[in-house]
Amino acid sequence: MTNYRIGIDVGGTHTDAVMLDESYNVIAEVKSPTSEDVSTGIYEAMRKVVAASSVPVENIRYAMLGTTHCTNAIVERKRLNKVAVIRIGAPATLAIKPLIGVPDDLRSILGNHVYLVRGGHEFDGRLIAELDEQYLYQIAEEIKGYVDSIAITSVFSPVSSDHEMRAADIFREVLGEEIPLSLSHEIGSVGLLERENATILNAAIVNVARTTADGFIQALKKEGIHAKVFFGQNDGTLMSVEYTVRYPILTIACGPTNSLRGASYLTEHANAIVVDVGGTTTDVGVLVDSFPRQSSLAVELGGVRTNFRMPDIVSVGLGGGTVIRIQEDGSFQIGPDSVGHRLPEKSLIFGGDTLTATDVAVALGKVQLGDAGRVAHLDKEVLEKVYERMVGMVEDTIDKMKTSADSVPVILVGGGSILLPGELKGASEVIQPKNSGVANAIGSAISQVSGQIEKIFAMDELGREKTMEAAKEMARQEAIIAGADPDKLFIVDFEDVPLAYLPGDATKIRAKAAGPLARN
Amino acid sequence: MRYIGKEEIENIAIGAALLGTGGGGDPYVGKLMALQAIEEFGPIRLLSVDEVPDDALVVPSAMMGAPTVMVEKVPSGEEAIESFRTIREYLGKDIFATMPIEAGGVNSLLPLALAARIGLPVVDADGMGRAFPELQMVTFYLDGVSATPMVLSDEKGNNLLMNTIDSVWAERIARTATIEMGGSVMLSIYPMDGKTIKKSSIHHSLTFEEQIGRKIREAKQNNESPIDEVLKITNGYKLFKGKVTDINRKTQEGFAKGKATIEGLDDFKSEECYLHFQNEHLLAETKDRVLCVTPDLIAVLDSETGMPITTEGLKYGARCVVIGMPSDAKWRTPKGIEVAGPRYFGYDLDFTPIEKLLCKEGQ
Repeated sequence: MTNYRIGIDVGGTHTDAVMLDESYNVIAEVKSPTSEDVSTGIYEAMRKVVAASSVPVENIRYAMLGTTHCTNAIVERKRLNKVAVIRIGAPATLAIKPLIGVPDDLRSILGNHVYLVRGGHEFDGRLIAELDEQYLYQIAEEIKGYVDSIAITSVFSPVSSDHEMRAADIFREVLGEEIPLSLSHEIGSVGLLERENATILNAAIVNVARTTADGFIQALKKEGIHAKVFFGQNDGTLMSVEYTVRYPILTIACGPTNSLRGASYLTEHANAIVVDVGGTTTDVGVLVDSFPRQSSLAVELGGVRTNFRMPDIVSVGLGGGTVIRIQEDGSFQIGPDSVGHRLPEKSLIFGGDTLTATDVAVALGKVQLGDAGRVAHLDKEVLEKVYERMVGMVEDTIDKMKTSADSVPVILVGGGSILLPGELKGASEVIQPKNSGVANAIGSAISQVSGQIEKIFAMDELGREKTMEAAKEMARQEAIIAGADPDKLFIVDFEDVPLAYLPGDATKIRAKAAGPLARN
Repeated sequence: MRYIGKEEIENIAIGAALLGTGGGGDPYVGKLMALQAIEEFGPIRLLSVDEVPDDALVVPSAMMGAPTVMVEKVPSGEEAIESFRTIREYLGKDIFATMPIEAGGVNSLLPLALAARIGLPVVDADGMGRAFPELQMVTFYLDGVSATPMVLSDEKGNNLLMNTIDSVWAERIARTATIEMGGSVMLSIYPMDGKTIKKSSIHHSLTFEEQIGRKIREAKQNNESPIDEVLKITNGYKLFKGKVTDINRKTQEGFAKGKATIEGLDDFKSEECYLHFQNEHLLAETKDRVLCVTPDLIAVLDSETGMPITTEGLKYGARCVVIGMPSDAKWRTPKGIEVAGPRYFGYDLDFTPIEKLLCKEGQ
């Protein structure tokens, strides 16, 4: 009996779905408009792909979903939880209270239950102060019934998580096992304010994640599908529903990540630059050993500075539906607005009244699509310049993402990738794989399970080699806990950064292990 | 005298990032501290140097340690106050005002947070006119002012009062104590009277930072390139424009050292610029000529946004403009060059002022 899996990925314009068999062959692929509530579009895409594949529904074993629910909730400030913000670190850190520097509208939603507690650690693991457990018990009583989620951040918890763990025990003891707790050491890295912000945002979207998961499971059941559901996270690996509800923030930016993973799978390239041309934007990312390279900078999310791991993606405002404006003097402007999924009604080649990037490519004969006669009257000379600029925008972005001047393979994916030529500056080769239009949904379906750690180590204690091995082993253990097959694990990412002005060879190490789902 | 409010702080933070010349620590933490202090205690009085009586006691305030620690273990705000209390008791004299020792990076904002909290004015001056990595690299030191008595304070309540034979010893002992105290401490340092401030400090530093920040923000709002405005206001020179094509870094003796190669674009096509840094950008040169060298200032700006790029933030592919700015005349003396010139940092060349370097090229 053949088993199947569904992969779904929500983009800004389209929600894509694929059905794969157990050898990852594509049985069916569909595109569906992304709906305003996101969920309706997901269910629609799911039903369409099930119908198109005509596989027996009882043989669909897994369903992988990469969604934008959590990002949207933060950006729109809607459906957020009532959060208690607990910072452990006093007397240190009082000079900048939690949520200072966060936009006022968000601060007024999330800043109503803020507590500063004595405790926390130094960079080398010594105590700043004993943890004030009595105060934590008092806080737990105070917030009972007033909040539905708790964010706990302790100073230097990436070095020692003791105080966050102890605080979590106290809250569970008083408020029950069910109370959702977000612990900062599991979410972000060194940089208190950014990590705390990420933890607060995580706590704020716990319910959004739960409703999304429940809704998806119900929608599958309605179709008679009893698949195990996984969510895509932004490092290209999967989370169980239980894990997703605890760490919903890790789903943010999983879309571009899925495209990268899908591109890697479809081309069997482990190291390449991936260009994903959608309806509104082009996202450019870098594959390193089959996984997306991560950003090392603080990332803004809904106006909030955070530092949880994110794929290093640069977006430019160029997609299939990007609106092109040409003035009488021949000057022109490319976007940034787009007709999005209304391309089939708005663009000239489909009988609409708006000149889009797709029309330009068709008029110049780069692509066969729609009715080329409708764009035949346009001034080719100007269009050539527009096209040259479009390609230039992508080439510049590719160059910015490279780490050296050497040429690298470039993989084109996404519905709009047909617009781009077969040769690009800085590319050793340009590859457009089969099924590239739904590479993101394929990436979602084939995801692996991973474990990651990021900690500061004193290299002079164990020596460099042993410390690095210890860090890798910690990452492997995390992956096994997440459900990976222990025999097929490998280290997919490793980075060590020496820290300036500190003794003991203090080094920040990040390690990630990944592997396929364990069979049982 | 005038008041510094939240708007001014935002501007000063951007100016501080530029004068940080690639280092000095991200002003972000200092900015938020100052903003919170103003929210709680009201705006800050800023005094010009002339408004300080000759016999008044002024004590600069600064942080020492690893910026990485400070972004995690944010100060309590009490350290600097305790530090001031300790030094006042020791000197037996009331403190009239505080000021920054550094007009670049996080240290230009921290005295403002302290001033708001204790209601002291801040003097519009500093001891560098830029950022430098060591305690003796200040204009006060060039004039023989002692760094000590100085007080190191942590958030736990520890205060360490030091009297050393010279500022180099102060640096050495304070560095070690800082590690024991948790990696990041607040200092009261270089206590001076008003007369000394007038003679030995660099004047109008905070106003200068504020003007730079305002120009950059205004230009961004009007969708104009802020770089020309920055050059005008700093008497600076556009040294190079290009794309970073190579970065070579290593950590040595606690300092992030390295060299970046920038391939020319536009007017600088077919040329290459080499940028040497050690926490700050210290030397910019091409194959056959020096463009700018410490103690003159080198800043690297994002060619699109005009925002300063730190030495840590430099990476392959970054489109940037390298600008050079003359340092204060105090740094261009033999003593100034000995303390913070190219040879101190291990570069085998003599200091030449930026305007002379560019003159030779007939620019």
